[in-house]
Amino acid sequence: MSSSNGDNVWILGASMTRFGRYPDKDLIDLGADAAMDALDDGGVTIHDMDVLGAGSLFEAMSGVGQRLQKQIGQTGIPVYNVANACATGATAVRAVSMAIKAGEADMGLVVGMEQMGKQGLLGGAGKARSEKHVYEPAGRYGSVMGVEGIIGTGLMPGVFAQAGMEYANEHGGVDFEQFAKVAEKNHQHSTLNPLAQYQKPFTLDEVMNAEMMSYPNTLLMCCPTGDGAAALVLVSEEKLQTLSAEQRKRAVKISASVMTSDEWTESDQVQPDVSTLTRRAADQAYETAGVDPQDLDLVELHDCFATAELIHYDNLSLCGRGEAGKFIDEGGPWRDGKIPVNVSGGLISKGHPIGATGAANLYEVATHLRGEAGDRQIEGAKVGLTHVIGLGSACAVHILEKPAA
Amino acid sequence: MGEQIPIVDYLVLDDGTPHLVAQTCTECGAQYFDRRNACAKCGKRSFEVRSLGDGGKVRSFTIVHRAAPGVLTPYVSAIVDLEGGGVVKANVVNVEPVPANVSLGMPVRLTTFVAGTDDDGTEAVAFGYEPA
Repeated sequence: MSSSNGDNVWILGASMTRFGRYPDKDLIDLGADAAMDALDDGGVTIHDMDVLGAGSLFEAMSGVGQRLQKQIGQTGIPVYNVANACATGATAVRAVSMAIKAGEADMGLVVGMEQMGKQGLLGGAGKARSEKHVYEPAGRYGSVMGVEGIIGTGLMPGVFAQAGMEYANEHGGVDFEQFAKVAEKNHQHSTLNPLAQYQKPFTLDEVMNAEMMSYPNTLLMCCPTGDGAAALVLVSEEKLQTLSAEQRKRAVKISASVMTSDEWTESDQVQPDVSTLTRRAADQAYETAGVDPQDLDLVELHDCFATAELIHYDNLSLCGRGEAGKFIDEGGPWRDGKIPVNVSGGLISKGHPIGATGAANLYEVATHLRGEAGDRQIEGAKVGLTHVIGLGSACAVHILEKPAA
Repeated sequence: MGEQIPIVDYLVLDDGTPHLVAQTCTECGAQYFDRRNACAKCGKRSFEVRSLGDGGKVRSFTIVHRAAPGVLTPYVSAIVDLEGGGVVKANVVNVEPVPANVSLGMPVRLTTFVAGTDDDGTEAVAFGYEPA
């Protein structure tokens, strides 16, 4: 085992299923497809793995990692089943990466998977207590009935709409059209990605005139639910040096891997503050990697809603403070812009099978850094960043680099 | 008409005019609407109940069109910065829920409305904010 705690962890193999709907497969089929392909991609087998990190939110209590092992190899290695809202996949990355950094493992497998089907609106709506016919205060708020829609909203389209509008309130100059431009971009980007759940372009007018879900987010500005999986084989720097030239050539360095949770802010007590913890994670990642935001060749960030993507331009320092609206107006995050954002189509069009998302974005960036992204390749990409947010909240930021051979 | 009961315990109906209260940390002054085991800001474990102001400004809002079954739409959900301190989430009421009628920074004031009635005839009273 490695004792070189300070060394970087590298991505040796990576894979994802196309995101979409798989009524004929179960969760473990999806995880197994991605896992076996990532092992093949890395030129290794399940018997080379020292640790498994398995992420699924909706089946978190079912021992998904062990269920997966029964399909792809029961080798007796430690399994960490993780659940961390929409950051579940990235948390699995962190679990394996920490095991390698700690010197307990040389190589590990990360699998993020989810099967959601068509679930409709997600979020922390107040519990329905329609069967209660005599009011009695209950819970930490002493509520006598479900309060969703009576005392504001806790459903995701509204929560993220409020996050975007809060940014507009703070900085001005951000409106419905600018939020909509984000979705126009991501739908257009997805037309080049065969792994995206949807691959259909929409005009700005079509985005703005789609069914209003929660102003300013229309249906085309919200990510879909869906099924899918992504897997990564991670390896220590020391172990990597013992592998073949071909394996080393395609390996991608994880220059920073940072996770944060909410620190106390006043407004966070009633409305999730997705900015403070993102800004802190990003700043820490840039410092650790020694990378300037302006050096990034591409970014995959957590665009669960168009309103979220816009504010993360600012939180990730892709633009100046308060200039997120200007950044999209100038085409900065388009694939031919200053810093391409979500060239995969993002959650909005690529899809968001929750447990898979935080691993799939590392797959996407790694694939570009390897020069293997096909029609959607960002030419000459050398450094990229991934970001996810799980409400509650958990934020993970990774910076990946392809050092010169 | 039966009795009235607040929909949540941080709305006080029986002590003067209806108003909100917050569990306030005796050390750092952080405010919470729910019961906390310790202050999430400073870790101190004692709280006192403080009344909040009725007026405020819209810090953020959304107009919800698609909602869970049984929720009337469209409606305006907003985050309000209260005068005198505190941030609260609530509906903006007594206004047609269209973007032209709600704006960031808009002054609002507390109001109450009946949200439901139980089998004993007790009315659940909720709070919201209306344009000031």
